[in-house]
Amino acid sequence: MSTTTAPVDSDTSPSSAADPRRFGDRIFSGLAAASGIMILVILAMVAAFLLVEGGPALFADPAKLISEGYGEFASWVAPYAFGTVWAAVLALLMAVPVSIGIALFITHYAPRRMAAPLGYLIDLLAAVPSVVFGLWGAELLAPSVRVFYVWLNENLGFIPLFDGKVSGTGRTILTAAVVLAVMVLPIITSLSREVFLQTPRLHEEAALALGATRWEMIKMAVLPFARPGLVAAIMLGLGRALGETMAVTMVLSGGKNITFEILTSDNPNTIAATIAQNFPEAFGLKTNQLIAAGLVLFAITLAVNTIARWIVSRRAEYSGAN
Amino acid sequence: MGKRIEVTDLNVYYGDFRAVEDVSITIEAKSVTAFIGPSGCGKSTFLRTLNRMHEVIPGARVEGEVLLDGENLYGPGVDPVRVRRHIGMVFQRPNPFPTMSIKENVLAGINLNNRRMPGSEKDDLAEQALKGANLWEEVKNRLNKPGASLSGGQQQRLCIARAIAMEPEVLLMDEPASALDPISTLAIEDLMNELKQQYTIVIVTHNMQQAARVSDVTAFFNIAGAGAPGRLIESGPTEKIFSAPDVKATEDYISGRFG
Repeated sequence: MSTTTAPVDSDTSPSSAADPRRFGDRIFSGLAAASGIMILVILAMVAAFLLVEGGPALFADPAKLISEGYGEFASWVAPYAFGTVWAAVLALLMAVPVSIGIALFITHYAPRRMAAPLGYLIDLLAAVPSVVFGLWGAELLAPSVRVFYVWLNENLGFIPLFDGKVSGTGRTILTAAVVLAVMVLPIITSLSREVFLQTPRLHEEAALALGATRWEMIKMAVLPFARPGLVAAIMLGLGRALGETMAVTMVLSGGKNITFEILTSDNPNTIAATIAQNFPEAFGLKTNQLIAAGLVLFAITLAVNTIARWIVSRRAEYSGAN
Repeated sequence: MGKRIEVTDLNVYYGDFRAVEDVSITIEAKSVTAFIGPSGCGKSTFLRTLNRMHEVIPGARVEGEVLLDGENLYGPGVDPVRVRRHIGMVFQRPNPFPTMSIKENVLAGINLNNRRMPGSEKDDLAEQALKGANLWEEVKNRLNKPGASLSGGQQQRLCIARAIAMEPEVLLMDEPASALDPISTLAIEDLMNELKQQYTIVIVTHNMQQAARVSDVTAFFNIAGAGAPGRLIESGPTEKIFSAPDVKATEDYISGRFG
């Protein structure tokens, strides 16, 4: 034999299944898969709980529900479902422009010495417990915005939004929405900030080299690139606003009136606040009714997220990944 | 179109660090001028000062004069945004806007100027620019497809189309073919020969054959060492620089005996 070949060592051959270097790899992929499956299991368990426990109220004979004073389920839950979505939409209308503005300021306008502290401050806002926001909204915000509500009502009352009799306490759905807006602001701001920072420098330079001003560059390169991320950020904020319980419970004096008037004392309550307010004293079918309301909230959140996914995927071929 | 650039005693600083020192050069109208030199010698930085793109980097500033047909780009009251509308730029890596279609990419600069241009006129302009960039035949049936769906070489020609749609006086190209395959590179080089009929072209390149093939004038930049500023060593007609340069360092670099 004139040729020399390297001896095959069975321990290091690539086909060896017992390769010690692969062991960690397998453990890790197992852990990752388990974590992924866990999410599905938890979600399925929550959904099953809501269905099983809410079922009796959902499928009970409407006549029986009415005679026992609970009211037919759909018409009972409708104002709360409306209140939930309406408060969240109002909150987002206020929070989204401000959040995107702050995020753009931090990433593209502020001097570097100022940008970092401002970012920390925003994150700090996210750390404030919701009960504190509730206190702030009920004790400070509601009484002090009343004057402004009266002014809105007198001068812009011809717009249906500001019509009606102004609430004496200021604890209206608009106040609740302002509190919600402050609460979702940090989420949307910090997520959009991350997204804006990821805009490739090449695209920004392409816009600037065409003679774009800073704002035109943002419109041309930053915002289109960030669009899917922004939608995701807004949806996370919306999710928080839809589900927020404590602050709304404390701020809103909620009723069961479906109205778009945001300054009156006749406000629709939200699902989450209704559950929180009624659950401690609930028993029997009332408990089932509240849990079924929770199922409705779950469905609303699911629908919102599905719509968001759809918006993001609609223009996937134009996404930043090229 | 096609203006002459005169640079006198230009120094570029990043904060306190002097990146480019005392460059004086005249770039003739409607010609191709190539900047060559080792990495970090300041040729790209210098190129960017010609349309004030260096100002994108915080702390970057310039001393000296850049005259575009006699008008100082750094004069008081000169808006860098206006400068860039007259001096187009093509970058090292193709950078079409990913969210725009091919046509929208070509018209991106025009739309910036807020010109209330009728749609048919825009279509004509897009066609002209794409023809000018030798891309029309390849994309005319898919103008509404995303710009990012093209190949790398096509994307770079799309970026050239985007720049020339603005009808700039000068076209700056920062290693425009360094991320492309040889066939796409050849397409870009052919294009430069056509474009110089109308535009003043300045190109930075690491590829000496490319400089020799496309340029009329070559300028050689070098640095003395790490931390030292880049300097313009010599510039002259490309044939002379490549056959009988005045400075030994130029000859060493061109013949590959460098460093």
